Amino acid sequence: MNLLPLLPVLLPLLCAPLCLLVRGATTVWALTCACTLACFASSLLLAQSLWHGGAALPYALGNWPAPWGIVYHIDALAVLLLLIVTGIAAVTLPYARRSVAQEIQPRDIPLFYALLLICLTGLLGIVSTGDAFNLYVFLELSSLSSYALIGLGQRRRALTAAFQYLVMGTIGATFILIGIGLLYSQTGTLNIADLAGRIAAIPEAAYGHRTLITAFAFLTVGISLKLALFPLHLWLPNAYSYAPSVVTVFLAATATKVAVYMLLRVCFSVLGNRFVFEQLTLGKILLLPSLAGIVIASLVAIFQYDIKRMLAYSSVAQIGYMTLGISLNSEAALTASIVHLFNHALMKGALFMVMGAVMYRAGSVYLNDFRGLGQRMPWTMAAFVLGGLSLIGVPGTAGFVSKWLLVQAALQHRWWPVVLVILLGSLLAVIYIWRVVETAYFNPLHEIEHGTAEAPPSLLVPLWLLVGANLYFGFDAAWPLQLAQQAATVLRGGL
Amino acid sequence: MDCATLMLWCLLIPAGGALLIAASSQLPNLREGMTLLTAASLLATVVALLRHPQALQTPALILTTPFGGLQFELRAEPLGLLFATIASLLWLITAVYTIGYMRANHESHQTRLYVCFALAISSTLGIALAGNLPTLFLFYELLTLSTYPLVTHKGDHDAVSGGRYYLGILISSSMGLLLPAIIWTNQLAGTSRFVAGGILPADLGGVSLVLLLLLYAFGIGKAALVPLHRWLPEAMVAPTPVSALLHAVAVVKAGVFCLVKVLLYVFGPQLLRDSAAQQLLLALAAGTILYASLKALQQDNLKRRLAYSTVSQLSYVILAAALLSPASIRAAALHIAAHAAGKISLFFAAGAIYTAAHKSRVSELDGLGRRMPLTFAAFAIASLSMIGLPPAAGFVSKWYLLQGVAGQQLWWLAAVLLASSLLNAAYFVPIVHRAFWRPETKPPHQPHGEAPWPMTLALSLTASLCLLLFFWPNLPLELANLLPGVTP
Repeated sequence: MNLLPLLPVLLPLLCAPLCLLVRGATTVWALTCACTLACFASSLLLAQSLWHGGAALPYALGNWPAPWGIVYHIDALAVLLLLIVTGIAAVTLPYARRSVAQEIQPRDIPLFYALLLICLTGLLGIVSTGDAFNLYVFLELSSLSSYALIGLGQRRRALTAAFQYLVMGTIGATFILIGIGLLYSQTGTLNIADLAGRIAAIPEAAYGHRTLITAFAFLTVGISLKLALFPLHLWLPNAYSYAPSVVTVFLAATATKVAVYMLLRVCFSVLGNRFVFEQLTLGKILLLPSLAGIVIASLVAIFQYDIKRMLAYSSVAQIGYMTLGISLNSEAALTASIVHLFNHALMKGALFMVMGAVMYRAGSVYLNDFRGLGQRMPWTMAAFVLGGLSLIGVPGTAGFVSKWLLVQAALQHRWWPVVLVILLGSLLAVIYIWRVVETAYFNPLHEIEHGTAEAPPSLLVPLWLLVGANLYFGFDAAWPLQLAQQAATVLRGGL
Repeated sequence: MDCATLMLWCLLIPAGGALLIAASSQLPNLREGMTLLTAASLLATVVALLRHPQALQTPALILTTPFGGLQFELRAEPLGLLFATIASLLWLITAVYTIGYMRANHESHQTRLYVCFALAISSTLGIALAGNLPTLFLFYELLTLSTYPLVTHKGDHDAVSGGRYYLGILISSSMGLLLPAIIWTNQLAGTSRFVAGGILPADLGGVSLVLLLLLYAFGIGKAALVPLHRWLPEAMVAPTPVSALLHAVAVVKAGVFCLVKVLLYVFGPQLLRDSAAQQLLLALAAGTILYASLKALQQDNLKRRLAYSTVSQLSYVILAAALLSPASIRAAALHIAAHAAGKISLFFAAGAIYTAAHKSRVSELDGLGRRMPLTFAAFAIASLSMIGLPPAAGFVSKWYLLQGVAGQQLWWLAAVLLASSLLNAAYFVPIVHRAFWRPETKPPHQPHGEAPWPMTLALSLTASLCLLLFFWPNLPLELANLLPGVTP
């Protein structure tokens, strides 16, 4: 049997304990780097075989067939997520060496990389698995490791941030577990494909089945906590601003995306498109928090002085765009939402890498620290401008493609208020991005603060790779769009 | 060379020029040489494209297709060729002027200015040659972004706050209104390509039509319809050559060009004629003309007065295009050319006065005409063009515009035009009068003559262009005659 679908999950899982055995910052880093690159390569191979084969790639663990054993199931959506997560990991790791060496205690460095790999395993596992309980296990794996990763931040407040995330995350995970348990009680299976079939076969499901509705409620709220849907986002700004720079880059670009993936899987693949929209009005449930999130989180972002925190609030707003696309209940909107998932990983990855580079040189990322950086760190700040333009949605960047697709989907139904909110979000983004740009380019550097120079190449090259991706996918969005379209069709058609 | 390659070169030459200018930042003479060389080769390319027999028949050149349904493509059409010619010709003249200005005033960051200038021209050419709405939007935004460093060139508080108005108004209007308008058009028409005579379905309802037209009229903030005109006077904090080329020619002309193009190639004369939407746009333009003229009258700062005059003159173009009769569409195209030549001369004169006499207020100009006769002669000629008197280019376009108004018997518009001409005279004639006929109040600290010769040369050239366009209006007219709505 072809081992390929298992590889992205297996590799980091095996490498993580090795990190603790090797001990030695550079060796551990090299090992992790090689591992993430291998993961990325295997994801690319998976994408290629899916592209040519067309159908989803199954893999039965231990050769136990589907309903009994655990199955890995890689379809278009999963491949897209695999590419995002492993791609971001592969870009972040070369970036990590200098940044981690500065921000993490030397004795914690092997531990740090081991945790990062476990987190990666968890995220990739969630995406690959075709089993509901397995999904929960991987979720806990990624969550627990990310609590520890956030707690490794330099400032003491990182600990409270990690604790806050731990509490919220655990509530979320527990809700998800209860939801899965309820589904199991009704169907007697945990395999996602099987679950979908049996739920569809429950006769009462067509007119409101109380247990199913309860399960749905627990699952949606639990996952919404993990994906930081407004107003369940309170853990996110603290976690992102106090975590080490590399962790913020990695989590911001991947973790919330995987949570959105879980929402899509549960709502569409398990419960089914008709059930969630016709019986449970998922559209209305998600619509208001999404719109409110876009506006309110963007407004809050404008008033932040810690720029990492500002970007964190912007992430909450951007998550609103993704859930908005889901709530509109059309194939075009769902496609837009999935494309935005991909594009947002690129832009936020780049922007948080800028934060890491500024942190590396200036020591903190308050608005005041950006004074004069336009001259001192020209490449870093140029990357910030381009990443910011992508966030705003200026044509020629990846963000424009998302905005275009979303507005188009909303216009199809003549939902003018939704169009208005989408564009309002862009305008608010102009304000909070330009605040930083003005400070960087027009405020002179304090005379006492000298010595700030351009970030080293090992930070700049990965950063510009992501910026380049932002521009590239603004001019040629064919393949993410095609994968997203394929995924949306499969999701809405049921598995 | 075939037409598609020429179009591509029109974009690539200024963009490549920007790289060369940046590379030669250490050697000012070489850098300025690069600017002149780039500008001259761009002009040659545009002229080659203009004279190319197949220019208007060539199919669209597809730059890239981000995904099905969104395409970036270039296509030559008469109005775009006219705009490209004006922009590239005036860039060459402005380059000469800029060199004189920047050196005489010892401005800092000169390389950055030249680089952004070249990038802005590249975006302008992109707008002129855009083959569909998304391409237009792409280059429209690039123009805003590439001119932002020019507006904020000085880097002081005023510049930053002016830049904030500039970027804030232009980006929010385009992202908030123009983008949905484009996507909506794409959905209504099934295409976003510019087609002579329009692409929108003929059965589009009245309310939708009004809404869509308003989205375009205000979404294209560069056209500076009241109340979206505020960025224009604020952007006058930029160095004068920037104000001259960008805020008299490239940026504002890009605005009215986009609007005229949308009127003729997206809506189409058939759809709009005698609709409520048309009446609304006429009223908006007429209101802007009067309001901006009155505001101009109150300004003592010369550049701000010119800025408000620009706002009012832009609405002449919008008004002419919105009338949609053959004569008035000709007037719109002609006025784009006439106003460009006239306004750039006025700004050049303002910059020359600032450089030679360090004066920027109208009230300080007494007697200056005797010290700077060439500058003020150019100013006077350009003022005639603005008022619409012979023998200047503005007369020709106003003539066609009045024909259009009379043809449709819209007497209230004729009254607006008459009032505006009087107002134009009221704020331009006193300047010329002060300069030539009033005695100097106090002699300057250092006796001075004209500004450095590159500046005087440039402003003499543009002023003669104003006269040339009066005696030989054929080049713009021939192109204007090919526009949809003019040819039956």
